[in-house]
Amino acid sequence: MPTHILITGTSKGIGKYLAEYFISQGCVVFGCSRGAATVNRKNYYHFSVDITDEDSVVRMVRGIRKNYRKIDVLINNAAVASMNHILTTPTLTVQNIMNTNFLGTFILTREVSKLMIRQKSGKIVNFTTIATALKLEGEAIYAASKAAIESFTKVAAKELASFGITVNGIGPTPVKTDLVKAVPKDKIEEILEKQAIKRFATFTDISNIIDFFLKEDSDFVTGQIIYLGGVSN
Amino acid sequence: MYEKIESIVIEALKGLYQELENECLLDPKPKTKIFGGNGILDSLALVSLISDIEFLISDEFNVDVVLADEKAMSQKVSPFRNVDTLSKYIEFLLKED
Repeated sequence: MPTHILITGTSKGIGKYLAEYFISQGCVVFGCSRGAATVNRKNYYHFSVDITDEDSVVRMVRGIRKNYRKIDVLINNAAVASMNHILTTPTLTVQNIMNTNFLGTFILTREVSKLMIRQKSGKIVNFTTIATALKLEGEAIYAASKAAIESFTKVAAKELASFGITVNGIGPTPVKTDLVKAVPKDKIEEILEKQAIKRFATFTDISNIIDFFLKEDSDFVTGQIIYLGGVSN
Repeated sequence: MYEKIESIVIEALKGLYQELENECLLDPKPKTKIFGGNGILDSLALVSLISDIEFLISDEFNVDVVLADEKAMSQKVSPFRNVDTLSKYIEFLLKED
């Protein structure tokens, strides 16, 4: 039976790449985003869902269970970013970032774990960022939301370990996606300069780490955060 | 509706017997204590029970409830105290939906 993977934020960027990548690996992919599907492939099933809306997420996960029986892997990719000095950051921006990045990850993890608990196996991969490790100026709220995800990942790994579920995190460096388009070029250069390997991450760099987390041989790996580009916390 | 819910709760508890080997799970009664003082489940087993019941309710009633919600946490008597309190709480959630 093919691996069933649920990926959030599949309308563009890394999420869209991962959906297509895992389909090409023979997996069945369930994707979600606020809007309509942008992936049109066999074995791709799209849900138009706001991941901060608990009822919608519950309906989506239970719908997947009823129709497809299982979810082997959850990849919490959906995220929003906003660069700003803390003194000029509106409260609504903070709420929006925390809701999409952290609350969304929490709701998805809770609901999918309920299914994985019954399966007595599962792998969850959360997305963090090197902005958290590097404590980047101008990214206080984004970095804080991802720091929450890192902490959540480590605690969830402990709480879910006895059910055969692993929870890990990946922290990419900047990738050429919409998320970094809004960041000034000199700021990006400054970030790349802080990495041991000074270049943008590629989509393949990211799927490589996720492949490692998803390997059967990685059943003993949980609660870990791997940053790309030689960044350490 | 209550009887159907109660049978789902009991079925879910029985389903945990193989894992926990607690004989109280073989034949749960309405007053069988589930969680808390003298409850038959620890917190990990409660997590399994909640997910089992949510899926069974979803299959039976085609309604998606979340048992550990704000209302459950703010009840004077925990819904997870015994089979009867949990069944009544689920009935309340279904009627509210």
